[in-house]
Amino acid sequence: MISRGLPSRLGCVLLLALGLLAGAFLSPGAVMAQGAAPDISAPLAQLTTDKYDDTESALGALAVSGSPAAAGIVAALADGRLSYSPATKQVLIKTPQGGLVDAATGQPVAEAPPGVKAVRVNNRIRRAIEAASGTLALVNPDPAKRLEAASAVMRARDEAALPALDAALAKETDAKVKTALTLARASIVIGKAGVPEAERIAAIETVGAQGNQDALAVLRSVPADASPAVKAAAQGAIAGIERSLAIWSVGQNIWYGVSLGSVLLLAAIGLAITFGVMGVINMAHGEMVMLGAYVTFVVQELIRTYNPALFDLSLLIAIPVAFLFTGLIGVLIERTVIRFLYGRALETLLATWGISLILQQAIRTAFGPTNREVGAPSWMSGAFELGQLSITYGRLWIIVFAMLVFVALLATLRLTRIGLEMRAVTQNRRMAASMGIRTNWVDAMTFGLGSGIAGIAGVALSQIDNVSPNLGQSYIIDSFLVVVFGGVGNLWGTLVGAMSLGIANKMLEPYAGAVLGKIALLVIVILFIQKRPRGLFALKGRAIES
Amino acid sequence: MSAADTLEPDVPVEAIAKKDLTEALLYLDGVTVTFDGFRALNSLSFTVDPGEMRAVIGPNGAGKTTMMDVITGKTRPDKGDVFFAGGTTDLTKLDETQIATLGIGRKFQKPTVFEMHTVIDNLRLALKGQRGALANIFRRETAAEREKIDEIFETIKLSGHRDRLGGALSHGQKQWLEIGMLLAQDPKLLLVDEPVAGMTDAETAQTAELLREINANGHSVVVVEHDMTFVRDLGVRVMCLHEGSVLAEGTLDQVSANERVIEVYLGR
Amino acid sequence: MSNALTPQPVLLGRSGLVFLAVVLGAAVLVPALNLLTSPDSALHVPTYVVSLLGKYLTYALLALSVDLIWGYVGILSLGHGAFFALGGYAMGMYLMRQIGPRGVYGDPVLPDFMVFLNWKELPWFWHGFDLFPFAALMVLLAPGILALVFGWFAFRSRVTGVYLSIITQAMTFALLLAFFRNDMGFGGNNGLTDFKDILGFNIQADGTRLVLFVLSALALALGYVLCRFLVRSHFGKVLIAIRDAETRVRFTGYRAENYKVVAFVVSAMLAGIAGALYVPQVGIINPGEFSPANSIEIIVWVAVGGRGTLVGAALGAVLVNYAKTYFTSGLLAPYWLFMLGGLFVAVTLFLPKGIVGTFYDWRRARAPAPEDLAPDDLAPPDKLPEPKPAE
Repeated sequence: MISRGLPSRLGCVLLLALGLLAGAFLSPGAVMAQGAAPDISAPLAQLTTDKYDDTESALGALAVSGSPAAAGIVAALADGRLSYSPATKQVLIKTPQGGLVDAATGQPVAEAPPGVKAVRVNNRIRRAIEAASGTLALVNPDPAKRLEAASAVMRARDEAALPALDAALAKETDAKVKTALTLARASIVIGKAGVPEAERIAAIETVGAQGNQDALAVLRSVPADASPAVKAAAQGAIAGIERSLAIWSVGQNIWYGVSLGSVLLLAAIGLAITFGVMGVINMAHGEMVMLGAYVTFVVQELIRTYNPALFDLSLLIAIPVAFLFTGLIGVLIERTVIRFLYGRALETLLATWGISLILQQAIRTAFGPTNREVGAPSWMSGAFELGQLSITYGRLWIIVFAMLVFVALLATLRLTRIGLEMRAVTQNRRMAASMGIRTNWVDAMTFGLGSGIAGIAGVALSQIDNVSPNLGQSYIIDSFLVVVFGGVGNLWGTLVGAMSLGIANKMLEPYAGAVLGKIALLVIVILFIQKRPRGLFALKGRAIES
Repeated sequence: MSAADTLEPDVPVEAIAKKDLTEALLYLDGVTVTFDGFRALNSLSFTVDPGEMRAVIGPNGAGKTTMMDVITGKTRPDKGDVFFAGGTTDLTKLDETQIATLGIGRKFQKPTVFEMHTVIDNLRLALKGQRGALANIFRRETAAEREKIDEIFETIKLSGHRDRLGGALSHGQKQWLEIGMLLAQDPKLLLVDEPVAGMTDAETAQTAELLREINANGHSVVVVEHDMTFVRDLGVRVMCLHEGSVLAEGTLDQVSANERVIEVYLGR
Repeated sequence: MSNALTPQPVLLGRSGLVFLAVVLGAAVLVPALNLLTSPDSALHVPTYVVSLLGKYLTYALLALSVDLIWGYVGILSLGHGAFFALGGYAMGMYLMRQIGPRGVYGDPVLPDFMVFLNWKELPWFWHGFDLFPFAALMVLLAPGILALVFGWFAFRSRVTGVYLSIITQAMTFALLLAFFRNDMGFGGNNGLTDFKDILGFNIQADGTRLVLFVLSALALALGYVLCRFLVRSHFGKVLIAIRDAETRVRFTGYRAENYKVVAFVVSAMLAGIAGALYVPQVGIINPGEFSPANSIEIIVWVAVGGRGTLVGAALGAVLVNYAKTYFTSGLLAPYWLFMLGGLFVAVTLFLPKGIVGTFYDWRRARAPAPEDLAPDDLAPPDKLPEPKPAE
């Protein structure tokens, strides 16, 4: 957001200049060909008199001439590329490539006439150039540029732009741009002295309907000597906008919360399997996430080295690689350590903590203790606006990805043979074994699945967090809280737990700050667990209590 | 308890008179417990008189253990009244510890003794007396307490195992130790869940003898048991539970002759 | 419960006596070797080693406090470092106030970091810490009250097993975040340091360091006797019963939560004392002490030595920390975490009873005399029944 005041004026001019430049490249040949160009011979003649007064009035005339060539001429003057021949009264534009173009016809000039002189510019002329540029941008052939120019004018609220605005409005055909121009006009009218009350109130209504921060700034600039009716109208409009902005800001916080919740969900969902389904307290879970992030790093390095063209696909390639790699590590850990510790949850906690230390140190030894750079593919960068919400593609994709992983996991548990066997072993190990299910194998697969999911989470988290050996540590406590809060052994509980903790965190932040918000949340969860020791979606019944 | 003598199943709630409430040691009326849609107890009503011994039979899932859970405060009923000691105490408002302190002792289905404590320490822990945390830091055993423990050893016939760890006892010995611990608590009412599961015939007979002796000493006893020989040995009033309510009540012969009981057990 | 007719059970077993002899012997011997031998002598103990040993002893006391609740009540606290740190901060605040006008900014009252933050007056919770008795009281009360409140909530709601472990971890994590904040008034990131003197004695002086060492040894010895007395009392028997069969304890008429809270508070206070003795010997206390990783490390000390043996906890703390000092100072430094991690795995897999617990087993197997040996070994069974999570 560009701040208001003097710097914004500058920004506005810059924007306009940019727009103009773009226009200048487009204009000469293409636009002239449309024909029906208004006559600009009079202002052109004034440019050849070598008088500042004439140059200034020529600029004013060019700005409102409606000629497609005008923008190129003004831009050339701004850049010192405009010259004239006193002998032939010809005005010439030097193109950025070094050639010469006749300003009147747009045709290239093979050879410069003798005695060509530059059109002189002083401070007064420079101001005139700025004004003309702004006005011209409002009639730029590209609607996007016009839109930009209109909002720039609205922010600058320069009364001098009013006639140009009126002219542009009269010609404007694009509905969107027209709205923007109307708004810009209304913004100026609100602050302008000597405007009739009815017109000013109408302008306030127009601006008030816009309902964003810019509109708020405009409405607050109603002069102190305005009539009570105007002031009342402005106050009403301001209150309305503030209400809607407050709702939008809640919306934005919810969006951030959902985004954080998805991150928590990704981090916790593998744990929901190992802890929730198997009852194994896997303190090395965070390190599985970390390994997944490093897999992403390695995959990207390989792609950079061997086939940079595939870079945009690097994350998609990393997902299965990370799943298999961390899943395999998980199976290895289950077969070598955890299977000896079933039924001894607290001992498992200690052993897996030891494993987490070993994994951290192994990565530190292999990749160094510093952060590793994981790049974002092009489709993950950028943002768009939705109403007053600003939505980045990175967050959006992570939310989508988290949901996909959740659904895939749910489907695996519900619909596949291995999912069925996992549930069977969890519910009654001996019965499952006697029915021919290889319980050892199912244990290893379940743990591998949980670890593999953690690895996938690592791929996503590599996009939003520093990829360092400590990556996993920062998620492990949150992940456990999510699983416990949601209710152990219930995937839906994990989803709801992650989302509510994410949203609660982001809702608390504006009031308490990031750190205090986090502390408050920890305290809330601790208190909640006192209230419902088995989480939100705890099963109840005799089997559970005994 | 005239209503029960008629062997009328599903005793109407009104039939249990006010007089029963004030005279009964334990009084359950319309107790319902639901677990995730499953009715473990369905409007269960019965009373236990002071000094009475009662056997409870019923197929698996009839609600026997849930009934004990409700009486001892482990499970809160969704509906219904549970009163103790002539209606003076509402058990649904109390937790396990308070109910135990009131004088209701419970033996679990799976024998639970303190495995890492010696047999004598198990009894010391159970012995009626100071229960406060801070007071017990400086507690010393009194002569009276030692006598009481010796007495219990006599009763449960474990004198030779005083200093063995509870976990080192055989299954049957654990069952007796647990009954001994109940005795040490000196409760008004003992709830005994399947005391002879896994016992030899001789041990079963001895256990029946033990429970009769305990009852003769003025303790009320409710025994849940599958073993019909054992129930016959006890020779007391029998109550058959089915689907969470009382199906029949009377002597063992009366109950086992009851049409509906036969139907439930044989699945006809 | 008046006249004691039963013979008093042995308060200290054989291993307890050996332990006390070693600790008290060290309290005499180490200062003697420091003072009475010449610095060139092979027997000379340099002062920095005395401080290092003193640090180990405070860790041993901390491990003892954890063993009291983990070994005897089955409460696996993953946040005991928080109580240690609170005791340390209480002592650190006293030491900060003792700096007086000798700080870098020379403010007579405000510690340097407050002047740096542009604070004008002392926050209310810093008042009184210029008095040693008040600070000493806070060393006990700050961890004690936190443990009381936390324990009362958690145990009353019957939060047990891994759930309890997870919320204790969340507790210390929340405190970690809080103490990192400058606004909290505890020196933020840097913590409290640059101490000058304690009770008027220069904190850097050799004599002060020797006294602090002796005090740490005495605290450990007294802490051991206290824990031993507690676990041998009727109260302690209830604790062990709670560890092995909590439901049975409730049905026997004991308020398990009250017993747990008392044990938890005593344990937290012991940890606080350990922290208070630790800070003057290492010269700094910072929020890092609250980190969950620290708290988990305490658990491995206890596990290595043998949980539920008290002596083992202290031994494990000294051994693991000696190994840490040894390995982190040489060429092997990068491999220390491999060692520590491997230790966690190895102990749980191959030495579930720890060093001392395994020794007891071995001794019992050699000389079967249950009356004599059983009371010494109150270690938990190999496999505790854990609450199985629902599916």
